[in-house]
Amino acid sequence: MTHVRDQVDAVYRTESRRVLATLIRLLDDFDLAEEALHDAFAAAVEQWATDGIPANPRAWLVSTGRFKAIDRVRRSARFEDVDSTMIDRIEASPDLPRDDDELEDDRLRLIFTCCHPALSPDARIALTLREVCGLTTEEVAHAFLTPPPTLAQRIVRAKSKIREARIPYEIPARANLPERLDSVLHVIYLVFNEGYLASSGESLTRSDLSGEAIRLGRLLAELLPEPEVIGLLALMLLHEARRPARSTPSGEMILLEDQDRSLWNRGQIEEGSELVERAIQSHRFGPYTLQAAIAAVHAEARDPRSTDWRQIVGLYDVLLRTDPSAIVELNRAAAVAMSEGPAAGLALIDAILVRGDLADYHLAHAARGDLCRRLGRIQEAIESYETALRLTTQNAERSFIMRRIDELRLTSPR
Amino acid sequence: MKYLCLIYEDESKFATTPKPEMDKIMSEYGAFGESIKKSGHHVAGYQLQTTDTATTVRSRNGKVSTTDGPFAETKEQLGGFYLIEAKDLNDAVQVASRIPSVRLGSIEVRPIVERNQAKAQPAEALASSGAA
Repeated sequence: MTHVRDQVDAVYRTESRRVLATLIRLLDDFDLAEEALHDAFAAAVEQWATDGIPANPRAWLVSTGRFKAIDRVRRSARFEDVDSTMIDRIEASPDLPRDDDELEDDRLRLIFTCCHPALSPDARIALTLREVCGLTTEEVAHAFLTPPPTLAQRIVRAKSKIREARIPYEIPARANLPERLDSVLHVIYLVFNEGYLASSGESLTRSDLSGEAIRLGRLLAELLPEPEVIGLLALMLLHEARRPARSTPSGEMILLEDQDRSLWNRGQIEEGSELVERAIQSHRFGPYTLQAAIAAVHAEARDPRSTDWRQIVGLYDVLLRTDPSAIVELNRAAAVAMSEGPAAGLALIDAILVRGDLADYHLAHAARGDLCRRLGRIQEAIESYETALRLTTQNAERSFIMRRIDELRLTSPR
Repeated sequence: MKYLCLIYEDESKFATTPKPEMDKIMSEYGAFGESIKKSGHHVAGYQLQTTDTATTVRSRNGKVSTTDGPFAETKEQLGGFYLIEAKDLNDAVQVASRIPSVRLGSIEVRPIVERNQAKAQPAEALASSGAA
């Protein structure tokens, strides 16, 4: 019995999201599909113990789930005024997917529906982690430092919009694919960043989110190997590779130039670099691939001095043309400071700040502080770091900036 | 499934739009109207008079009050609408994205509540019985 239980658990881990994706299509309802999924696994625990594991557990679960859903709707129809057309529709729905391709299409349908641009950005993230990754509402709430009832409400609202506005369960047509794929990639990128940067408070345990984002990226790259999908996966792997070197054991931040590069994950760097190559060779790449290419140049350098800063500046130039933004300009300025000296970088950062862009972005002031420090303009450096400190809530970043200010005060001839 | 496409635009700009440009927009609307009739999306569609002709009616504690002006003063005003029949939201958005004003203002797409009764009785039948 316990043996069967273990096997059902194993099947749950590998198959539950696939089965759910297909049940949503067959039943045309997220909630009903989730209940059907639970019913199917509950039935599996009992029936597989006596009959043994079926040859195709996935097909068994889909078909059992569908029958259980029909039962449920019939039972509630006796008590409530349920639309009988619902039962007709489910019963008329095509029985089982004919092949694996169709099943994989269901997973794509689920991803595109959860990331539909008609849903609010917060809802897209919550729904994707809940339905595609299989995280519990509590887990998602915890990862985003949101009270569970708020998050549950967000998911309920999103599902109700899918139902009431009739957001279709489909893979977008070619013509809409770029826009729709952007939305999916953006969700994955935000999930990754949330885990990577941990936007506020303690950073503990949230690295799980980066892992989920990478898993999502792998799944998408497998189902839909578009250049930017591959580029995003590469970008995440190359950033993730640096995680062990990014902070001290007590959680203090270590800058790229001060990191112990022997701690970087070589396997992830190699995989990421190969993926970047593949994406670039397609000649249809975009901002994610370019950012990944920049991360790959960093990753390939044995030490900060041997970094090919000119190449990095060149990649930022291309990135600015395809996806202009003040943040990209700021990063380009930091790269210029490395290749042409701090004065050149400082001039660019000041030009951005004078425009008023990024005036509230702590990293712009921290970068300015760093360049002033290198130029020996200590008082100005302290002022910029103090502005940065006022603008950030993230603990590790705060303590890093405070350390810098203390160091500067020691050297300052006040 | 029916969706109402609400067309919001800054109506103050109409006064300053040169006539040739206005004519061009109107002829685009003509072509758009024809195209959604042909594709079967069209149910109804009207342009509204500007908001200076609007009257807002409320009833509180049995007392009806009538005030001059639109429900809310906003930067963009409701200028017209189309009621369309679409397969799903993607289909409705595809139609809405071809309404000429999409380039000047914005289109809000709202699903219509389908009651069982309304399903049994097509909208056209309701409209004609109302008129009779």
